[in-house]
Amino acid sequence: MENYIEIRWHGRAQQGVVTAAKVLSEACLMSGKFVQAFPEFGPERMGAPVRAYNRISGEPIRLHCQVTEPGYVLIADPTLITAVNLTEGALENAVFIINTSKGAKELRAELGLNGKKALVYTLDATKISVETIGRVMPNTPMLGALAKVSAFVTLDSLIDNFKENYAKKFSPKVIEGNVAAMNRGYAEVKGE
Amino acid sequence: MAITMTKGQTGLTGNAAIAIAMKQIDPDVCAAYPITPSTAVIEDFSSFVADGKVTTELITVESEHSAMSACIGASAAGARVMTATSSQGLALMWEMLYIASGMRLPIILTNVNRALSAPINIHCDHSDSMGARDAGWIQLYSETVQEAYDNLIQAVRIAEDKNVLLPAMVCFDGFITSHAIENITLLEDEEVKKFVGEYRADRYLLDTDRPSTYGAMSLPDVYIEFKHQQSQAMAGAKDVVVEIGKEFGRKFGRTYGLFDSYRLEDAETAIVILNSAAGTTKVAVDELRKQGKKVGALRPRLFRPFPFKEIAGELSHVKAVAVLDRVDSMSGFGGPLFNEVRSALYDNEKRPRVFSRIYGLGGRDYKVKDALGVFGELEKVVETGKVETLQKYITL
Repeated sequence: MENYIEIRWHGRAQQGVVTAAKVLSEACLMSGKFVQAFPEFGPERMGAPVRAYNRISGEPIRLHCQVTEPGYVLIADPTLITAVNLTEGALENAVFIINTSKGAKELRAELGLNGKKALVYTLDATKISVETIGRVMPNTPMLGALAKVSAFVTLDSLIDNFKENYAKKFSPKVIEGNVAAMNRGYAEVKGE
Repeated sequence: MAITMTKGQTGLTGNAAIAIAMKQIDPDVCAAYPITPSTAVIEDFSSFVADGKVTTELITVESEHSAMSACIGASAAGARVMTATSSQGLALMWEMLYIASGMRLPIILTNVNRALSAPINIHCDHSDSMGARDAGWIQLYSETVQEAYDNLIQAVRIAEDKNVLLPAMVCFDGFITSHAIENITLLEDEEVKKFVGEYRADRYLLDTDRPSTYGAMSLPDVYIEFKHQQSQAMAGAKDVVVEIGKEFGRKFGRTYGLFDSYRLEDAETAIVILNSAAGTTKVAVDELRKQGKKVGALRPRLFRPFPFKEIAGELSHVKAVAVLDRVDSMSGFGGPLFNEVRSALYDNEKRPRVFSRIYGLGGRDYKVKDALGVFGELEKVVETGKVETLQKYITL
């Protein structure tokens, strides 16, 4: 199979996971990668569980099917643990990043990953986003956390892309807040 | 950050890329009634109109039937006209599609493929555009965001060619292509402008010096001659598609033909499949090639006119072919692509065994393993020389 990194984002509608997948793909594209970012569409209700996906590769991506065996699973809302099967199809050595105030050990147990090879990381992305952006936007600190625990995207490329591509869309204050959120996500993510 | 091979590329969804192509083409008129999953095409394009980035007159109509009617009126008046739709929207345009082609109006339509109701479904299959396959429109299908963008730009030249003068629709997969961000290389505005050129209709309704009539009553004494000419123009469009595809390649480095042939040279078995699923199929081909299996894939780009001779030639050495349709024509005899390919192969001296598989209706996922499964079936056909199951649904 071709050399892909496959990512699945879990969140609730309006939490920004579709945007997170978009921003991640742009940052990877800027650093020379081939990318796909796509959401999973269903009934549109605020708060409904949603998923978004990324494929990242050093080569042109020809696969056009869903991501069903992700190597990275990012969970923007911890209340999904009891609502959705978050580990479904994930690779044995998958990396899980969860927005929660709890520790990685506790989340490993909650996700049913005790004794499994998977790596579990946590950060309080809700708190970080409120303190930096001024509203609940957990996706931004989670991108910073992803840069910390993965090798395929760097914090610099995420920040550079955001400053470059969103300067027209957002005020300098919003850009600053998002950059701070990424930095703190990078610094504060902890795992086992 | 290292400079890499993706330099100069950007990440766009299929819909965003189409809207940008429309901006660069800057048609005289766009009449549309947005529908999922092509909504964002018109959403983005209407921003370009509002921001004064184009000179297009955007007509927001009350239905797709009216959208196509307005396109027909504007095109007959001599304007360059574009629109976009999907699924029920294309279905509601139905009677007007035939009027556009019968009046020989080079209208350009983006159809983002979506299943037809009932039951209601917003996801991808090809029942919308395949239902319109006999409406006299040129149909181009696209595997990727890049190809959808490139096809739309070429479609303008193809449709407006003085030997063609037929409407053209560019089709790509709903959500899979329309809503997925992929790498794409955009052309400069000037490059597109120069490539499509200015549209000057040879004859048009508002030409008072040379008055002409469009779509008038024609009785048994002339109707068949009209249709004969239209049919000849459609058949001839094939050569224009090839010419324009080559010219596009010379100018911009991406050459397009009638179909995309993948590792077919020495292939014993092949899958024929349209649009985005062809990419997934190619990954399966590579997997099997690594195991030494002689497999390949063929993705028709032009479906109307159907390049039957060329496709029959391309598959002439293949022993068994599976034609995969993302639509069932409910004929009891496989999907529309199957019917065309199988019929095209009839005149070959040595005919491959051919079977039909229907997949992915209403957005059902088509994965590498599904393609591998079909190749497994093909291998068995080659071994036994017999097709056990002529037609069936897969991905159920």
